Amino acid sequence: MAFDYDKWIRPGKLPHIWCPGCGHGIVMKGLIRAMETLQLKKEETAVVSGIGCASRLPGYIDCCTLHTAHGRAAAFATGVKMARPEMNVILVGGDGDGTAIGGNHFIHACRRNIDMTYIIMNNYIYGMTGGQFSPCTPTGHKASTTPYGNPDPGFDIAKLAIGAGATFVARGTAFHANQIDKLIVEAIQHKGFSVVEILDDCPTTYGRRNKYKSVIEMMNRLKEVAVPVKAAEKMTAEQLQGKVLTGVLYKEVKPEYIEEYAKVIERAKAAK
Amino acid sequence: MSKKVAFLQGNEAAAHGALYAGCDFFGGYPITPSTEVAEVMSIELPKVGGKFIQMEDEIGAMAAILGASLAGAKVLTSTSGPGLSLKQELIGYGCIAEIPCVVYNVMRGGPSTGMPTGPSQSDVMCAKWGTHGDHPAICLVPASVQETYEEVIRAFNLSEKYRTPVMVMPDEIVAHMRERIVFPEPGEIAVTPRKSPTVPPEQYKPYDTSFGDVPPLAAFGSGYKFHVTGLNKMQDGFPTTKAQIVQAEEERQVRKVDANVDDIVTFEEYMLEDADVVVVAYGSTSRSARYAVNVAREQGIKAGMFRIKTFWPFPDKQIKALAGKVKGIVIPEMNLGMCSLELERCAQGKVPVLGIFRVDGEPINPDQILAKIKEVK
Repeated sequence: MAFDYDKWIRPGKLPHIWCPGCGHGIVMKGLIRAMETLQLKKEETAVVSGIGCASRLPGYIDCCTLHTAHGRAAAFATGVKMARPEMNVILVGGDGDGTAIGGNHFIHACRRNIDMTYIIMNNYIYGMTGGQFSPCTPTGHKASTTPYGNPDPGFDIAKLAIGAGATFVARGTAFHANQIDKLIVEAIQHKGFSVVEILDDCPTTYGRRNKYKSVIEMMNRLKEVAVPVKAAEKMTAEQLQGKVLTGVLYKEVKPEYIEEYAKVIERAKAAK
Repeated sequence: MSKKVAFLQGNEAAAHGALYAGCDFFGGYPITPSTEVAEVMSIELPKVGGKFIQMEDEIGAMAAILGASLAGAKVLTSTSGPGLSLKQELIGYGCIAEIPCVVYNVMRGGPSTGMPTGPSQSDVMCAKWGTHGDHPAICLVPASVQETYEEVIRAFNLSEKYRTPVMVMPDEIVAHMRERIVFPEPGEIAVTPRKSPTVPPEQYKPYDTSFGDVPPLAAFGSGYKFHVTGLNKMQDGFPTTKAQIVQAEEERQVRKVDANVDDIVTFEEYMLEDADVVVVAYGSTSRSARYAVNVAREQGIKAGMFRIKTFWPFPDKQIKALAGKVKGIVIPEMNLGMCSLELERCAQGKVPVLGIFRVDGEPINPDQILAKIKEVK
């Protein structure tokens, strides 16, 4: 039987705003499958976003949804989670939203290890504003504000998250659609701050400026660069040149913030 | 039974006032001269099962309290000048998404880092015009430690009643001076609960104006699911660019305050019955003004004081009435003429408005005010 996505889509809110060929819809379907797999309760689930194309995702999902300001999703979500620890809190957004204007909130959410899941759709560009370079645009690539090629080095979001203290970090791609929900399921099940980076495509504002002739070509690129972590173990550094690792990149068990704060409450009450 | 009495600083009183009002979530960031609020909240909140979080920056603190408020908490943040500038982005979010919250801002010298330990009253315009776009503004300016305690409670009540951010803005003198405070008994000061939805979840709309200009607000995690955005929105919370809806919603948001000015605006009239000269003052400056008015009276000058307790919405009606009765208005303030502009607007040229403006980090003393009172002919 075909999977029933409609169960999780708000009636009357489609079509979405995303361009033909954009991978955000593939990520949204992965998220929906993950929510269904985990049998999340809509009333007990909050999907929180910032600003940008990817951040429009919550409007389509039928649960508690919060479309905040640019870059602020992690900070709003921290407030929601602290006030209602029983809720499942899922953050979604793009690379510019999450690692530029929201970079500070992102690294500190990682550091606190608060039990939330952050899905970052990395399409290497600010799509909604028309294709300006983001902290993830590869060096030398073109954007509307790097007409002569991008002089900036880019972030590796997964490494950033691991370095900042996130206790579950995974990476997938919009091409590997069937893997997305599995990564998100594992991320949500993980106790602590989990980050799932999905390498995505923006044919409209990134692809056309960087000599991608079609969406298919962009998708094929994602297919070609992705190397599963397990497969990479058997590959040489030379073979891994220009490749991107996918799968669960990092996992560790560390004290979770809400649980630690519960101990603060206990200590404060005892000291009263 | 005698009431509990303490000798507290304004900032400490603010924290205790918030706890009296049922505040159960605080998000903050350290900044002089308001940090004591965060410190007291970090001690007291967990004792009552509440949550305190020190965020990574001022914007994050504002975001956290808005998120917590949407999840049903009663929330407070505290800051000062530069922090207030940073928080403006999300104060606007609180206004358009209509999320109750209290922002306690201690006014210090500015702009920018300015004079972190010096008093000022130069954030009063920032309270109304700081965030972009048209939006409602409520700002309370207490003048004593006791009043800071009580006004923080009132700020919580107003924010819940009108579903909008409310600011409490003591100047640094009020925030840091120590005075005797008498704590009210539990229940002595009314605490306004949030208007919760009465409709079942499937019928709920977060901006349903069939319930009036202040629609009931459900909490995330309470069985209701809904959408919140910072975009102009429809009654169901989803974004719209339909001209008619945007205009009506913007007007409603501002009307929540504008149509209820008499419920919100508070002030003190001191020796105004027969006054020829009125000193309009607020915050710690009003304490010097009161002294100056007393001395003026001793010298046979019919002076009085109108003390602003609610800066926004501004007491237009009261100032307009006064302007028709007195020969002059004196306004001492620790800025270069902010309240003064509002007074000139309300006085409509009927009487002169004489300002005493100090931004040097020193308080305005009674002698200065007395001298200005005597300039009114």
